[in-house]
Amino acid sequence: MARQMTGAKMVVQALRDQGVDTVFGYPGGAVLPIYDEIFLQNDIRHILVRHEQGAVHAAEGYARSTGKPGVVLVTSGPGATNAVTGLTDALMDSIPIVVLTGQVPTFMIGTDGFQEADTVGITRPCTKHNWLVKDTDKLSDVLHQAFHVATTGRPGPVLVDIPKDVQFASGGYVTPKQANTRHYAPQVKGDMEQIKALVEAMETAKRPVFYTGGGVINSGPHASQLLRELVEATNFPITSTLMGLGAYPGTGENWIGMLGMHGLYEANMAMHDCDLMINIGARFDDRITGLISAFSPGSRKAHVDIDPSSINKVIHVDFPIVGDVAHVLEDLLRIWKSRGRKTDRASVKDWWAQINEWRKKDCLSYKNASGVIKPQHALERLEALTRDHDRYITTEVGQHQMWAAQYLTFNDPNRLMTSGGLGTMGYGFPASIGVQMAHPEALVINVAGEASWLMNMQEMGTAVQYRLPVKQFILNNERLGMVRQWQQLLHGERYSQSWSEALPDFVKLAEAFGARGILCTDPADLDDAILEMINHDGPVIFDCLVEKHENCFPMIPSGKPHNEMLLGEASTEGAIEAGGAVLV
Amino acid sequence: MSALKIKKGSTSHSAYQLRDPNAELVERHTLAVVVDNEAGVLARVIGLFSGRGYNIESLTVAEVDHTGHQSRITIVTKGTPSVIDQIQAQLGRIVPVHEVHDLTDEGPSVERELALFKVAGTGDKRVEALRLADIFRANVVDSTLESFTFEITGTPEKVDAFAELMRPLGLVEVARTGVAALSRGQD
Repeated sequence: MARQMTGAKMVVQALRDQGVDTVFGYPGGAVLPIYDEIFLQNDIRHILVRHEQGAVHAAEGYARSTGKPGVVLVTSGPGATNAVTGLTDALMDSIPIVVLTGQVPTFMIGTDGFQEADTVGITRPCTKHNWLVKDTDKLSDVLHQAFHVATTGRPGPVLVDIPKDVQFASGGYVTPKQANTRHYAPQVKGDMEQIKALVEAMETAKRPVFYTGGGVINSGPHASQLLRELVEATNFPITSTLMGLGAYPGTGENWIGMLGMHGLYEANMAMHDCDLMINIGARFDDRITGLISAFSPGSRKAHVDIDPSSINKVIHVDFPIVGDVAHVLEDLLRIWKSRGRKTDRASVKDWWAQINEWRKKDCLSYKNASGVIKPQHALERLEALTRDHDRYITTEVGQHQMWAAQYLTFNDPNRLMTSGGLGTMGYGFPASIGVQMAHPEALVINVAGEASWLMNMQEMGTAVQYRLPVKQFILNNERLGMVRQWQQLLHGERYSQSWSEALPDFVKLAEAFGARGILCTDPADLDDAILEMINHDGPVIFDCLVEKHENCFPMIPSGKPHNEMLLGEASTEGAIEAGGAVLV
Repeated sequence: MSALKIKKGSTSHSAYQLRDPNAELVERHTLAVVVDNEAGVLARVIGLFSGRGYNIESLTVAEVDHTGHQSRITIVTKGTPSVIDQIQAQLGRIVPVHEVHDLTDEGPSVERELALFKVAGTGDKRVEALRLADIFRANVVDSTLESFTFEITGTPEKVDAFAELMRPLGLVEVARTGVAALSRGQD
């Protein structure tokens, strides 16, 4: 006989049984019974955000930095619609989050009631799956299923919509073990024939490259470990997408840097010229491939992905392997070892010589200045002064995000939280709050641009209320930097709406919220200012005024292949043709 | 055919401008999708097609297993082979989807569609309509002194052909169910 309890109690019990310790949320009429239950217990901490979008990004930060699902609780109508951007973001980046929304009572659904919205209808395309629960007896089962679906297979966001009368009514509670989760069981073991074929290709490859992505990190720490073992044992070069940074250490011997639109010259050239590309947990995103028809023309390609729909979606591959990264790597390593650990050492050595030639371009070099802080310099100093800390980085979206990826070093998985697929300005600050909640002792820094940061600046209230010492490292160029860069390169330097007048005084803004503000304008003061930020025990807004018209290089212009990168200001003249301008 | 395999009717007359052998052609495929019959499942399937820009030529859905609460959705779609593969993979991702079968790929299958035709007329046209209906093995399911309603079952092509014949004879209205399909053989 199942235990009887109210729907609202069931929610809290299910969260407890799922091992949830933190919920990010915002109360409202349709979730009051659940908030009542939260009031009556101490196992689960509730973090009151200042906007529901902030709650979802915070949950994403929590999830991505821990590997556990993030949980959000918001009300019906506007509470649910405000969560949509975060849900879409989590869907694009495969972040496991469970969003619980209140709903008007079942008998009012469809009447355009106060704060009613068709939440499951609105969120159907931006969740992995969602449920509207109309019967309290089914609620606990659905809640457990929700956690199962969010965290199994390719992770993603799920949503459970709970009408208010269902929260008040009583029903039977089932435990996670009793819940009906058998039906959803994605394949985790890769096909052995394909893995064998890939091993054979690896044994003879002359110019191999590992191209890894967020899937390695989502697969768990064991996957990163196996990846490191495989890379070191084969001595193949490895590059990664933005989402995959840290799976292989940035200080590792075989690391050739991030690839893609703003990736390193050597990484993109290696992708273009390789003869065997081994994609592990990445998805051939358009920021990575550039011009599809000229993408790595001479290579055979392998693709390891847990989502069958990722395979052959954009790039046709020769070795499709559907499975979980850790499972596949384990099999791959075992087979490769049992066949005698063979690689074409001589050719791989020549390949490294070629890569080292490309490295000499020193594509991340930039002209430093003494009178003004260059954003690249600011990040190099941030790296130097924080690398020995237990450090987590979040970013907003734009130039600063790419510079952070280029100039900061990520040596472990789950250390970089960024909006890769959706490119959500306003992600980084709430994400840093979620990370800090999960890692109270760690140094959590949000590398931001001032425009992105303002999009969710209300979360200063949250940071101060919960004494979360998140550091908001704002590279302030008083511009929408990436938009401005594109307008310069593609739209005849017509800077349409890409700068903000009337920016706030960030120091006063910090003080208004009860936090510390630091302004830095002179490169000579930078180190001291960064140290002051690190050493302050509390949230800090660091307003770093940087060069206003700095561009982010290297850059593969839209519509160009990997081997036609722009490396600096001199190479931009007439580099982008009209055809490229229509692409984003 | 010449050794260069220039297709009859090709606009390219040069041996050096042959059609790319990898260029893909649009194909018509019939998919059978077995789903849990739960609220919103059809919206998930249709939303996938509209959201990702796939075509739906016809769609039928009904619960086929009342004890297991499973429905069968039959979708006729058009696309290049790689798009058809994507559609199948994307359908497979939907959580309440249990099975996806490409009946066109998986060997021979039978396809049937049911349609109702209302044909109004008197005199010779009325007699001719009845005569053609007999040839097509259409049944009369309703009749007035000035109209017939025919029920016809068959492949979409047969239903199309019947519609073409009825048009000059006073076709007023058509209702079609869309395709239901099963693979041939014992399993």
